[in-house]
Amino acid sequence: MSNIIAVMKKQLKDTLKNKTVFIQFIMFPVLTIIMNRAITIDGMPENFFVNLFATMYVGMAPLTSISAIIAEEKEKNTLRVLLMSNVKPYEYLLGIGSYVFIACMLGAGVICAAGSYRLQEGLVFMLIMAIGIVTSLLMGAVIGTWSKTQMMATSVAVPVMMIFSFLPMLSMFNSTIAKVAKYTYSEQISILLNAVSTWELEPDSIGIMGGNMLLFILLFSVVYRRCGLE
Amino acid sequence: MSHAMIAENLSLSFGKKQVLHHISFEIEKGEVFGLLGPSGAGKTTLIKILTGQLRQEEGYAKLLGKDTKELSALEHGQIGIMMDNFGLYDRLSAYDNLLFYADIYHVPRSRITKILKQVGLYEARSTVVSKLSKGMKNRLSLARALLNNTKILFLDEPTSGLDPATAKEIHTILAEQKKRGTTIFLTTHNMFEAESLCDHIALLSEGSIIEYGKPADICRKYNHLNRLQVTLKGGEMISLENSKASALKIKEYLEKEQMEAIHSTEPNLETVFLELSGRGLTGYE
Repeated sequence: MSNIIAVMKKQLKDTLKNKTVFIQFIMFPVLTIIMNRAITIDGMPENFFVNLFATMYVGMAPLTSISAIIAEEKEKNTLRVLLMSNVKPYEYLLGIGSYVFIACMLGAGVICAAGSYRLQEGLVFMLIMAIGIVTSLLMGAVIGTWSKTQMMATSVAVPVMMIFSFLPMLSMFNSTIAKVAKYTYSEQISILLNAVSTWELEPDSIGIMGGNMLLFILLFSVVYRRCGLE
Repeated sequence: MSHAMIAENLSLSFGKKQVLHHISFEIEKGEVFGLLGPSGAGKTTLIKILTGQLRQEEGYAKLLGKDTKELSALEHGQIGIMMDNFGLYDRLSAYDNLLFYADIYHVPRSRITKILKQVGLYEARSTVVSKLSKGMKNRLSLARALLNNTKILFLDEPTSGLDPATAKEIHTILAEQKKRGTTIFLTTHNMFEAESLCDHIALLSEGSIIEYGKPADICRKYNHLNRLQVTLKGGEMISLENSKASALKIKEYLEKEQMEAIHSTEPNLETVFLELSGRGLTGYE
């Protein structure tokens, strides 16, 4: 446990000096506040921008940041030295994962606060965000573990992130995209966020999100066995 | 004296390429052992096996009496490793880099200050690593390896690419560690480093140990010419047989104060390596 906490503390210090990762955590929460206050369109659903940016945040921030962190550590050999210093791979992954999760949940909290939710709705919102962030973290860990360099990680993470974060938005305008998008966890997150106040949980949503999560876990185990963390 | 490390018949392949062939050696506690070889000889691979990061296909390796395949947190806590590529966090300060590892090793913070002073980086403790010179990064990397009161220190090319003054500083720190009884496993392709620091060396070429022993003994063993090279004042160089007959001649030069220098013709480690492997230690020959 102490190694996990040490990794988290180190990562906090590092992120504060790493603009590339830091901006991932704060960009959408800040955008949400600005857009929610600045733009009002007649007939716009309640919390429209909150839900839109929350979904994009889930698909983007955890995925890109964890993949960038792992890939950078591999590229610069810091991970190799760390693993030689009696830090187990699972301790490292849990440390980094927990850190990104907490950072993203803080961002989610800001997004939630920007919306007009009652306490219970807010808690449901945060729960949905937590599930989405964990799923994204798994996908990001797959990319980071597979990549040898940050450049490789970025070249894969960006298109993957665009699929997961933009599909829910595009599906609002195109029924064909919507048919495909519904099989992604981010689309289901979007659906659930839009139903926060009613809390209507469709069995399909649980199945698709669980399926996505399972797929990413399988992918991670395959990639980890092939590439390891070095 | 008990052994700090034992390698017995270690072999390993990466795919079809065999990178280590039946490597055997023993290192006593408190000894400085040097593994000399060009890049790609298998030095880092051997360190990885000895520190439990890689598993050999044949043979066995023991570290502090324990099989390297079963090293526990206790043994890991007694090992310090300095790799040739630093592995430092560029955006963190020198102090924060050590603080992170101090947390991992459960070392008190006072130890960080002590180590930073020991390696001469105390004044630069707040400087972020990306702004340190290569020599300073090397010393910081060494400081990290020394942080947990290591019993065994693995150093992979510790002075590679450093200027002579900085390399000497590193050597001084290593000599201090030796005095404290730390066992040092050093890989290098710098023959002077090996000669000045190591109690025993092994020459590694293409995954095989081609010679093992004390540096001076190895050089003497390959002194095929077995002659004395005398340089007289004025620059004249005379080659004499290493025999009783030459003693009178040397005495004469000394009495006439003609002697400038005298050397034996024993080869250095570079030459021995070249003779045995057909290539130089830097790997470019």
